[in-house]
Amino acid sequence: MNLHEYQGKQLFAEYGLPVSKGIACDTPKEAVDAAGEIGGDAWVVKAQVHAGGRGKAGGVKLVKSKDEIREFAEKWLGQNLVTYQTDENGQPVSKILVESLTDIDQELYLGAVVDRGTRRIVFMASTEGGVEIEKVAEETPEKILKAEVDPLVGAQPYQGRELAFKLGLEGKQIGQFTKIFVGLAKLFEECDLALVEINPLVITPAGDLHCLDAKVGVDGNALYRQKKIHEMHDPSQEDSREAEAAKWELNYVALEGNIGCMVNGAGLAMGTMDIIKLSGGQPANFLDVGGGATKERVSEAFKIILSDSNVKAVLVNIFGGIVRCDMIAEGIIGAVKEVGVKVPVVVRLEGNNAEKGTQVLAESGLNIIAATSLSNAAEQVVKAAGGK
Amino acid sequence: MSILINKDTKVICQGFTGAQGTFHSEQAIAYGTKMVGGVSPGKGGTEHLGLPVFNTVRDAVEATGAEATVIYVPAPFCKDAIIEAADAGIQLIVCITEGIPTIDMLYAKEYVDRKGVRMIGPNCPGVITPDECKIGIMPGHIHKKGKVGIVSRSGTLTYEAVKQTTDFGYGQSTCIGIGGDPIPGSNFIDILALLEKDPETEAIVMIGEIGGTAEEEAAAYIKQNVSKPVVSYIAGVTAPPGKRMGHAGAIISGGKGTADDKFAALEDAGVRTVRSLAEIGQALKEVTGW
Repeated sequence: MNLHEYQGKQLFAEYGLPVSKGIACDTPKEAVDAAGEIGGDAWVVKAQVHAGGRGKAGGVKLVKSKDEIREFAEKWLGQNLVTYQTDENGQPVSKILVESLTDIDQELYLGAVVDRGTRRIVFMASTEGGVEIEKVAEETPEKILKAEVDPLVGAQPYQGRELAFKLGLEGKQIGQFTKIFVGLAKLFEECDLALVEINPLVITPAGDLHCLDAKVGVDGNALYRQKKIHEMHDPSQEDSREAEAAKWELNYVALEGNIGCMVNGAGLAMGTMDIIKLSGGQPANFLDVGGGATKERVSEAFKIILSDSNVKAVLVNIFGGIVRCDMIAEGIIGAVKEVGVKVPVVVRLEGNNAEKGTQVLAESGLNIIAATSLSNAAEQVVKAAGGK
Repeated sequence: MSILINKDTKVICQGFTGAQGTFHSEQAIAYGTKMVGGVSPGKGGTEHLGLPVFNTVRDAVEATGAEATVIYVPAPFCKDAIIEAADAGIQLIVCITEGIPTIDMLYAKEYVDRKGVRMIGPNCPGVITPDECKIGIMPGHIHKKGKVGIVSRSGTLTYEAVKQTTDFGYGQSTCIGIGGDPIPGSNFIDILALLEKDPETEAIVMIGEIGGTAEEEAAAYIKQNVSKPVVSYIAGVTAPPGKRMGHAGAIISGGKGTADDKFAALEDAGVRTVRSLAEIGQALKEVTGW
């Protein structure tokens, strides 16, 4: 789960990291009032969406008057912001963050992720802030400094000092950086983060370090114990079908093709998408109905798949391990009747009671094509969707 | 021979009296697994499925000499359950549970490593040596005793590979689901090393998926250390970047972890790759000459 910048900065502030005075606003009036409350004569207004590249897309602006703030808020609130990281529709803007202006001398980068290879939380720091860190990593990997956190002792101040000296920081900045490093590590562990980035971490003309942006991703598996963070969830930033699927504990990801897929198991769901492509078709979605594919969940899965108007045919691929395929076949029949499925449905059942399941489908009198194998299923569904 | 488990392995179940623990322990017992008891705190001294229930793993190990445990307890309690098993002297921990917080696994994995205890999973189907011992949720009946070792990050994809190796008549030595989480207890390399040494395993099927670089690391290991033929399939060629595909670990991030990169690394290591998961059996036939 991702957080908005203003939410990330709230967490930063709680862990002692220096952030600008800022207020997240829902209306143009609130934004204007916020500027008054913050004070000063220049501010930064930032559209709050779960995507990078906001500056280039016009979603971040330096403003010097309340009229400019009102104009910016009126322009963006309720609109979608399209950046190079969003799809063509962009992400809806429902909040504007108004902040005091921070002058910048130099831009640094500081981030942390769970690194699978070392099985550690790994910090990355760089003098190349304000740009895409992936690009820096690819073109000039020597400019990325790293520090690993040992899970048994946690992040140590010396690691922060080491990074600070290597970044070329000096004087009071060494202590400031170390405090940010240790605070961020504590935040990472205590709040179950999956990723955190401060890009840029700036040095002001007065020589102080300051967090100008906040990108925070939280481990979805840990939300049960992160109640406060869970409440920060903004479903408007997610695909509505994915959100609906999540309610039914279905894993759904929308794709661009025209062949809907319903599969049990995440790996097999990906494998099914791949074999459709290999057979000349394009999958419309990833959907894992999970181990307990009951009639109710199969129905919901059909509804979600068919809410995508591009879908011209559906492939159901079930490997019945513990569950019985004849039971699943009944579920599919019930769902097809209940939902009123108009497009052809190709079903491949394998495993437990597969033959009986196939027989049940054949006798249903519905527009269901029983496949004899996985390859056959892919070929049939591509044909049914009008491809190849 | 086989790896990790055989007909003599004494197994207990943590979360024994819960719905999952009960259902899958029944299946395991019916399969012939040497289940010797289970753990459910507060229910020690009772009997379940004809086996003794213990309050703690330590009690269970002392009374039964259990060497392996299978964990079905809910995700919030798994870190505790794993560390309890490691402290009680269990040598093999198989954790089936899905949804464990990553930070918990960072701690648990570090702990079992320092104790020298092997862990499989979490978020995995488990381990099976056909006709001898089944620890996990895989359907026993699709397996056949034989000569192919299978290691996979995905449950149902493992079943596909099992079915094909059974249909071709090769059978399996041991099948290991290492799980779909970012921090697995054992990775491909750990298992490949065991399969390479196992005299009963004559060929290896390795099934990976997008996310991370475990397959690339495995490819480098295979190039140097594995003499047996390896067939590999990677799921997720069609997966878009930045989207989590069901498994917590299955996500292409920062341009890393694509299926194409993994296929390329494996091919460079001399592994026979298949782009269609329906071709695993046929590819095995071709590389082994069986």
